[in-house]
Amino acid sequence: MSEQIAPTRTPVFEARLKKRYAAEKRFRTMGLGAIVFSITVLLYLLGTMTLNGIGGFQRAEVAVPIDFTQAGISADPAVMDSSGAMQSLEDQGLPQVVQYFADEALGEEGAAQIGGQAWRDVAAAIAADPGIVERQETFWLPASANLASGYEGEGSQEMQALAASLAAEGKLEKNFDVGFFSRADATNPQQVGIWGALKGSILTMIVTLALAFPIGVLAALYLEEYAPKNKWTDVIELSINNLAAVPSIIFGLLGLAVFLTVFPNFRSAPLIGGMTLALMTMPVIVIAGRNAIKAVPPSIRDGALAVGASPVQVVFHHVLPLALPGILTGTIIGMARALGETAPLLMIGMRAFVASPPDDFTSPATVLPMQIFLWSDEIDRGFVERTSAAIIVLLLFLLVMNGLAIYLRNKFEKKW
Amino acid sequence: MVTVVHENLESTEAKMSARDVSVFYGDKKAIDNVSIDIPTEYVTAFIGPSGCGKSTFLRSLNRMNDTIPSARVEGEITLDGEDIYSPKLDVVQLRARVGMVFQKPNPFPKSIYENVAYGPKIHGFAEGKDELDAIVEKSLRRAGLWEEVKERLQDSGTALSGGQQQRLCIARAIAVDPEVILMDEPCSALDPIATAKIEELIDELNGRYAIVIVTHSMQQAARVSQRTAFFHLGKMVEYGRTSDIFTNPIEQRTQDYITGRYG
Amino acid sequence: MSLTLLLLLALGLGLAGWLAARARAWSFRRASPNGRLASLPTYHAWYVALWIILPVLIFVGIWSAIAPGLITQAVLTAPAADQLPAFGFQRQTILNEARAVATGAAQGVFNPLAREFVEPYREAIGRYNWIGVIVTLAIAFLGGVYAFLRLKPDFAARNRVEKIVMAILLGASLVAILTTLGIFVSLVFETIRFFGMVNPIDFLFGLHWGPDPMSNAENPDSSRYGAIPLFWGTLFIGAIIAMIVAIPLGLMSAIYLTQYANPKFRAWVKPALEILAGVPTVVYGYFAALTIAPAIRDFAISLGASSASSESALAAGLVMGVMIIPFVSSMADDSIAAVPQAMRDGSLAMGATTNETIRRVLVPAALPGIVAGVMLAISRAIGETMIVVMAASTAANLSANPLDSMTTVTVQIVAMLTGEGSFDHPATLSAFALGFVLFLVTLGLNFIALRVVKRFREAYE
Repeated sequence: MSEQIAPTRTPVFEARLKKRYAAEKRFRTMGLGAIVFSITVLLYLLGTMTLNGIGGFQRAEVAVPIDFTQAGISADPAVMDSSGAMQSLEDQGLPQVVQYFADEALGEEGAAQIGGQAWRDVAAAIAADPGIVERQETFWLPASANLASGYEGEGSQEMQALAASLAAEGKLEKNFDVGFFSRADATNPQQVGIWGALKGSILTMIVTLALAFPIGVLAALYLEEYAPKNKWTDVIELSINNLAAVPSIIFGLLGLAVFLTVFPNFRSAPLIGGMTLALMTMPVIVIAGRNAIKAVPPSIRDGALAVGASPVQVVFHHVLPLALPGILTGTIIGMARALGETAPLLMIGMRAFVASPPDDFTSPATVLPMQIFLWSDEIDRGFVERTSAAIIVLLLFLLVMNGLAIYLRNKFEKKW
Repeated sequence: MVTVVHENLESTEAKMSARDVSVFYGDKKAIDNVSIDIPTEYVTAFIGPSGCGKSTFLRSLNRMNDTIPSARVEGEITLDGEDIYSPKLDVVQLRARVGMVFQKPNPFPKSIYENVAYGPKIHGFAEGKDELDAIVEKSLRRAGLWEEVKERLQDSGTALSGGQQQRLCIARAIAVDPEVILMDEPCSALDPIATAKIEELIDELNGRYAIVIVTHSMQQAARVSQRTAFFHLGKMVEYGRTSDIFTNPIEQRTQDYITGRYG
Repeated sequence: MSLTLLLLLALGLGLAGWLAARARAWSFRRASPNGRLASLPTYHAWYVALWIILPVLIFVGIWSAIAPGLITQAVLTAPAADQLPAFGFQRQTILNEARAVATGAAQGVFNPLAREFVEPYREAIGRYNWIGVIVTLAIAFLGGVYAFLRLKPDFAARNRVEKIVMAILLGASLVAILTTLGIFVSLVFETIRFFGMVNPIDFLFGLHWGPDPMSNAENPDSSRYGAIPLFWGTLFIGAIIAMIVAIPLGLMSAIYLTQYANPKFRAWVKPALEILAGVPTVVYGYFAALTIAPAIRDFAISLGASSASSESALAAGLVMGVMIIPFVSSMADDSIAAVPQAMRDGSLAMGATTNETIRRVLVPAALPGIVAGVMLAISRAIGETMIVVMAASTAANLSANPLDSMTTVTVQIVAMLTGEGSFDHPATLSAFALGFVLFLVTLGLNFIALRVVKRFREAYE
């Protein structure tokens, strides 16, 4: 009587099982590999930007001691407080004074490598503290782009030699460039700043938020709470779902064809940019808002209706406050996307060279991602670092916004 | 088939009355031709197996069915002789007069105080904080909850136990001083002790408000109500004094249900 | 500036109306026998405030759109208007300069002619500002008085206010339709103008793309407007190269995260993938142009491909693929999660290994959702602009070699609209035709994908 061996206990089966486990392991490793790849790319990207960007927050500066007691420049505090300070100092020959002391300190060859606008830094210092004109003071003034790249070991042989000799004398060094956060765009990488673009971004985002948030929330409330089930509602839902997926550049075409036709004077103004981005952000807020509203349990609505609240009261007293964290999370994510958006703004002329921060919603402006795009097109080596620095600033903003969204989501996740 | 209404009911003033009421969900008829008078001074219980339509009928008494888009009501329901489905009638006002307590306690995720004060606030019943405080205290006292929560009125209503939450919902309902209170299986989510407390409370509220309670527990119906209506498959089969329904039912189906043949 | 002023004025008047109406309602309430009104005093207040603010807002909206035109017209009646160039760029520049000085935005003028217009501008702006303020006040007053006179103890203010609120809610949701309509109409309008100059057949099926914005606009050379190379470049970069990267990596990430990873790992990796998705496209573009493209070119040259371009389709496609990974991953994640647990249990209970269950049961069951996700990913990839603008080329090549330079629809839209051409030139208008094609294709992909997802969800509910 031979005993029948169960098919699952034969050596063949076990050999096969071994193979199956090997396949399992391979598959699992592939999955992990996919994730590791993505994370590696992310880290590599962030790493490249950081390495490049650190240099972007610094600039090469030359030490120029200025003895004002010889210069005979007067700084009347009353004049220095007014907007005419620059003009007054220029009329008194401050540029020549700065040039003279630069010649003294660096020799003619070296003085030629001070940026032409360097005297403005000195003037700003005088305006801030008129007492300086009574003393001797050493200023660190921005080096020319050529000298700066010479310091980096690039560019012409003479510049590299000059940079090396100045650096050896301690007259040329790379310093943290505070002004990067207070200046606007310029043609010289030594003179550029991020504040102009940042302010443009802030103004644009204010417009976007002011339009997209109320419209998005109200539309979400209508669709989720009141809309009758009919053709019109279907059309509204369909448009919102499609708008959420329309390429951003199409919104730029809309802005160009409609907004700029209605407001031709506001080309490249934050107002128009904000309006265009609002149309793009609104569907994101509507969709997030609807999900948040859907998550509010119906029993809350019943409870309020049963004590005689009207449908509008039910929504504004109960549903909206409960859905708000979810709506805010969606809004922040939508705003973060709008903050990083470039293509539609390219269409409506926000790619102009804007050398001073915008004053208000209607003055020409650029935004952070656009500044990155514009600088990335520049050939000068100095701009590579500045571009990466701008990217770091942009990414930090996005990180903070996304962090806030994740925090809100975790904090208010389903309380009932 | 006609509803059997016991003949020994003394004629009382009807707070609400329904005449030939049918409720549809889309094409489906959930309630078929129900006529009933709800007396002012008694507790009326609706009993019947699950899905018999008793909750549907209850919800049509304060038009909570309006919130379901496909629901449609035919026939006439009156409150003090006024048609509650008349276009002239303000549904908000109706619900202030006919309050409701739900199967699952549903306090608002706000403070205990805010839960009770909400109704009086939106209806403008209180002028100033003192009056509002007084209404909140009175309502919580009537709901038998005051002693337990008076020290922590600012705590969230959702932090209370299930039974306390349900009494909070009852306090919330009586804060707007309704004439009728509808209760939709108010104890089905509660443990026996909490249930006993709610039943006690219903007893105390009896007489002050017309109360209609839907329950799947026949014992509960027997304990708290004076009138009972038996629903089956969307129809009201029998209506009479609670004691008669449970001891001398006329219809065979009522007999079968209360003796536990189905349900 | 005057816009802000008008808005503040409207809000101020609204507040005044609000307070007045509330006081009135309280006086009703004190006078009434039972101390009750049909509606709370707050609703009376809001009723009046809305009757003030809404008409004013509508007026301000219209006014801010038409006032600049009226001002310009008024300025053109100035005597110096005869000396203005009749048309075009210069005329506009002179007027803009004068306006900038008049509003204080600029200190002086470059063009002496502009000086003649500063005073007329200042005068016209001042006059129209006054008109705006006066009309605002009048509208606010009329609306406020009308609403205020209707207040009575039994006035159903709440119902009225709620009706207005509902109208506002409906209006807000109509913005979506208006936007869709706006996109559609403006694209169609400009596309029709374009097709008036260039034969649609040549555009859709022509093999050569090389519009010259400086050429004679009256008589465009239709044969230079063949968009096939653009369509091919778009598909090759967005739908082929990018998807070869994104689909396997995204799908495998999703599978690992949902089926293998422990919760702690998942809690860290998911946000990291979200960061990858949140990196702005301009950063990816810079990354592609700065790092990936030169690396690929050097690599290709070291392999002996002498013609390798530094603006290769491969570089743009690869980076775009990386950008899309989190998107594919989260769509696949959702689809796999929607497959009922029972199906997975059934397979495991027969002794299948995890990966057999995934490959034979879960992925086939989730396939419709995954396919829909891939369609959405493609639609996103072909509409992506910045990566290709920065890393791909503007030269239209019809080639299957990923190392060649290629251009895409979005690159050409940007190139045509940021170039020097005038707005009436077919080269500029071609951007709208390209945009319209892009819009229709992405719309179609989304529409189908959403339907597939919906049906897929319903099947498992």
